[in-house]
Amino acid sequence: MKSLKQLKSEYIVENLNAFCPGCGNGMILNCFIRAIDEMGVNLNDILSVSGIGCSSWIPSPHFRGDTLHTTHGRAIAFATGAKVYNPNLRTVVFTGDGDGAGIGGNHLIHAARRNIGITCILVNNMNYAMTGGQIAPTTLHDAKTSTSPYGNPEQPFNIAKLVAAAGATYVAKWTTYHVMELTQSIKEALNNNGFSFIEVMSQCPTQQRNILNIRASPQDLPYRLLDMLGESAYRADRPEKENYLYAVPLKTPEESEKEIAGLGYNAKLVDHITLGRVVRVESEKLVDAKSQLKSLQTVRRLADHLEGKFEVGVFVHSKRLEYTEALREVSRRAKGE
Amino acid sequence: MLKPGKYLVMGNIACAEGALRAGCRLFAGYPITPANEIAEYLSSEMPKFNGYFIQMEDEIASIAACIGASWAGAKPMTATSGPGFSLMQENLSYAHMTETPLVVVDVQRSGPSTGQSTDPSQQDFYQARYGAHGDYEVVALSPWSCQEMYELTIRAFNLAEKYRTPVIFLADGMIGHIKEELVVPKDIDVINRKGPIGDKCTPFGTDDPSLVPEMPKFGQGYKLQVTGSSHRSTGVRDYSPQVHTELVNRIRNKILRAEPEIRDVAKIEIDDAEIAVIAFGASARPSYGAVKKLRAEGVKAGLLRLKTLWPFPEEEIMALANQAKAVLVVEMNTGKMVREVQRVACNHTKIASLTRLGGITPTLSDVYNELRRLKP
Repeated sequence: MKSLKQLKSEYIVENLNAFCPGCGNGMILNCFIRAIDEMGVNLNDILSVSGIGCSSWIPSPHFRGDTLHTTHGRAIAFATGAKVYNPNLRTVVFTGDGDGAGIGGNHLIHAARRNIGITCILVNNMNYAMTGGQIAPTTLHDAKTSTSPYGNPEQPFNIAKLVAAAGATYVAKWTTYHVMELTQSIKEALNNNGFSFIEVMSQCPTQQRNILNIRASPQDLPYRLLDMLGESAYRADRPEKENYLYAVPLKTPEESEKEIAGLGYNAKLVDHITLGRVVRVESEKLVDAKSQLKSLQTVRRLADHLEGKFEVGVFVHSKRLEYTEALREVSRRAKGE
Repeated sequence: MLKPGKYLVMGNIACAEGALRAGCRLFAGYPITPANEIAEYLSSEMPKFNGYFIQMEDEIASIAACIGASWAGAKPMTATSGPGFSLMQENLSYAHMTETPLVVVDVQRSGPSTGQSTDPSQQDFYQARYGAHGDYEVVALSPWSCQEMYELTIRAFNLAEKYRTPVIFLADGMIGHIKEELVVPKDIDVINRKGPIGDKCTPFGTDDPSLVPEMPKFGQGYKLQVTGSSHRSTGVRDYSPQVHTELVNRIRNKILRAEPEIRDVAKIEIDDAEIAVIAFGASARPSYGAVKKLRAEGVKAGLLRLKTLWPFPEEEIMALANQAKAVLVVEMNTGKMVREVQRVACNHTKIASLTRLGGITPTLSDVYNELRRLKP
């Protein structure tokens, strides 16, 4: 495996870093270049297309290959024209949740329907981060953003499921906590002859601090958010640990943790995407633990180990006629071949 | 593709044929009346010539696909009408900023909004010029016949390629749907964009006096950075006042410098005209008849017909204003081009305006009567 320094010198434009400290986009870029490096893809064959927003800066200006940095939400449509005219281009779209599922949602589902051979990596940070943390189509219900000061009245999209339903032939969802899985997924997506879609839940220390109400120092915040993503994801395609639950504190999390630990439980404070700061309690006798913990004075309620989490994994990996191949068939018919 | 010879075809088909002849091999569009025949015809013809017809999910995606394809090396085209043209404006601005050659056909219909969706108008005169955001210079051509639907479409591609710019082809529902003779010539000039020769290139800056940089395409190893953000000659983003000012000025100046070459007008009985009509597209046709009728009656009438609307042919307008005692601007809107004529020629001649709404062309007698009234 090449060192980060080696990869940087080969794939990254020097002296550029457009991201806030602790942003997940650098990790996703790292996964991407590791994937293409391990695949041995010729750099000249890669076209990266992006729209507007933080994630659109992953390829442009960082990636040392052809990049097309387009208008808000339209990256997939631009990429479609380039891919149709030159199907040899390995075309990768980097987009965000607002760019790809908000303003560009229509292009996303139609690219999936056509099954055009484009890989789309959608970075979901659950808000419009670059413009100041406004409500996105992925913002959780009740979250406080700069345009929902009383809590978000809307409900979020499940983008991966939407794209799967629209007909994409490769659909996966990971988080920046899952760098190995994400790297593997990018390889699978690039090798899939059809529309490939990877949603990556990502940390945004700048905006999520307020939106998810995670109070930590600037140094600690990225790790807290990363751990939160890892804590809040589960896989349905393999057995998960089931020997734990969450205690939602009545007042302060520290108070609850102290009381629970005092009873001899393996308890630790964790951040959870929908429950907030909670006490994770592990026990081999979960039924007994539940009955004991629910009556504690510092505990508001107990939550099941999967409650309020999101599923990650590879959801679709199938075969269907790819769009540019279908266009070549049209050409053969037109010419009477 | 039509071989050289004479044909009876519809204006929109002539436009599609012109595109094929000019080397267009990618069309991306979305259905809209009265432009549909262009897409329908190209869906049948394009694949025969290893070209691509793609029907996108909307007009925004259509022009986006054209821009993406252009950077992959294609000579792309999209065709729409007023409402779809409105949807394209943001990406049109992107095409200006990234200096992307493509042709956008607007077969104008009567608005605002859905208006009279099948009837012609000339209401997009200013949308073609000022529809998109930011500062840029527009090249817009306007045909008045089936023949020009063919010839000017070829010219639109040539100008797009030569100056690395989007070109607007401003037709209207009448010219698009009229069926008349088309003479397909044996020889035509086809211009293709200049690609880089060496290992290095600055795709967004040049020392050449034309101010038009070389244009590489994706996959050639130039590691292109194409962005709608303010950028240096290399493509690297730079928001400094100096870089932005130089960039926008160069993109504007490359068109302004070439204006004499881009400019194209038809002068009918203009040399000794005392009264003259200024018109384009469908409204130039009854104007032509009225001028001929007045000439037969011994009145020194003339017609200045604009084939390039933008850049506005100011020199020709000025010369006419200094010569004629009165000019009549005939157009199918509430008076748009007349404002430009007033801007250029105010105080030099009497300027009158004949306008038509309702999705109809003014008649020959409308123009004739108005000219009679104006006659000194």
